[in-house]
Amino acid sequence: MKKLFAPALAVACMLGTAMPTAASARPFTQITFGVDATYPPFESLSPSGAFQGFDIDLGKAICAELKVKCVFVNQSFDGIIPALQARKFDAILSSMTVTPERAKQIDFSSEMYDEPTSLIVKKGSGLVPSAASLKGKTVGVEAGTIQETYAKTYWQPKGVNVVSYQGQDQVYADLLSGRLNASLQDSVEADYGFLKTPKGADYQIGGNVTYDPKDVLGSYIAIGVRKNEPELLKKIDWAIKEIHANGTYDKLQAKYFNFSIYNAQAAKQAP
Amino acid sequence: MIYILQNYWRALLYSDGYHMTGIAMTLWLLVVSCAIGFCLALPLAIARNSENPFIWGPVWLYGFIFRGTPLYVQLLLIYTGVYGLHFVHNTPVLAGFFRSAINCTLFSFALNTGAYTTEIFYGAIRDTSHGEVEAGRAFGMSRFTLYRRVIIPSALRRALPMYSNEVILMLHATTLAFTATVPDILKVANDAYTATYAPFDAFGLAALIYLCISFSLILLFRKAERHFLAHLAS
Repeated sequence: MKKLFAPALAVACMLGTAMPTAASARPFTQITFGVDATYPPFESLSPSGAFQGFDIDLGKAICAELKVKCVFVNQSFDGIIPALQARKFDAILSSMTVTPERAKQIDFSSEMYDEPTSLIVKKGSGLVPSAASLKGKTVGVEAGTIQETYAKTYWQPKGVNVVSYQGQDQVYADLLSGRLNASLQDSVEADYGFLKTPKGADYQIGGNVTYDPKDVLGSYIAIGVRKNEPELLKKIDWAIKEIHANGTYDKLQAKYFNFSIYNAQAAKQAP
Repeated sequence: MIYILQNYWRALLYSDGYHMTGIAMTLWLLVVSCAIGFCLALPLAIARNSENPFIWGPVWLYGFIFRGTPLYVQLLLIYTGVYGLHFVHNTPVLAGFFRSAINCTLFSFALNTGAYTTEIFYGAIRDTSHGEVEAGRAFGMSRFTLYRRVIIPSALRRALPMYSNEVILMLHATTLAFTATVPDILKVANDAYTATYAPFDAFGLAALIYLCISFSLILLFRKAERHFLAHLAS
């Protein structure tokens, strides 16, 4: 018995250098992810009520690497951090961008993906995402997003009229009604949520935001976990590295996007 | 809590540096909508007491519609609906008016509180004691003078307690303003919440502010009641 056990232990130790083993009392058999399933193509509910989307597939791939069961729990985005703290689930998997404010509350994994912020304008308006171009114009943003902070930080002081909305759909509604000259949101949301719908036919991306010296747009999108659980974080980070290495990530990316959504900013650490 | 106060005190009180926000915005919404509502309600309440169905009918319909539907729906219809209409878009005056979020909000708030205030004043006018009216008639007052000097002053006094209720309900209704992008107290509290994720601090502070405003309004109205309704005590 002992003879058999020793090599197994050695293998386990070797594996251990790559995959951190659990030392927690509770057996590690499943990860419960908190998801705000209202944000296609990243996370949404299928007509039959199943979770679907890029984030969901990535989550499943991570669970498969760690050989644990994946459970998804629906939770609205504005209450998702308190719900994590209240232990309603183990991790947040909901297109959450790492920001200094959020990083004070929870820990973040390494980069899942990254999407630029872009400006939607009417075709032919010639507006681009800069204070000079938008001076005297009205730009709509969703309240509580990093895009709102961006527009209020860089554009409002320079004479751009920034209006906050309760929801992104209201921003699009007022863009269509003509109250707004432009709207600022992340590029995939803009593409899937508006430009690819029939309503968005007369609109286009005016450009992506590149100027951000104060780093208000944060870094990248990651999985959030409670601060006192570095073990889980280490496992998730390891699984993310693995799915990149074995090509799973690229396969999933190709399923949803025709561009690279991984910005390879992995060197840039969470603040 | 201290973080929220340090970072949001100015936005909570009066301005985010570019627009009027917070308490100033909430009070502005309250005062303007109640003022317009009051001016609207007075003639409508008199019309509602008319015996001619062509005069009281439309006023009844107005009250029926605006008291029968939620203010939230009215605000959405006026903010998103009306501005989307073609003839509004093509009439510069209307387009200019309805383009502005604050105009839409004040418009719907005033119409809503106007409908409730009309009903309050209508009841008060109807309940004017016959003795007072007869005394006025015996004095040889014309219908106009009778309303101006007897019925309306008496009705407004008696309506005061009910009207104070309506003003406080209106204060609570202003929390809907952010639906139409108007940054009132609740919007600033929401900002503080998304920045800190501390719901009890952010919304508790907002609740405290609303409580203070309600309480000041109650005190003001109580003072007014004591002054104007002194003759009714006993």
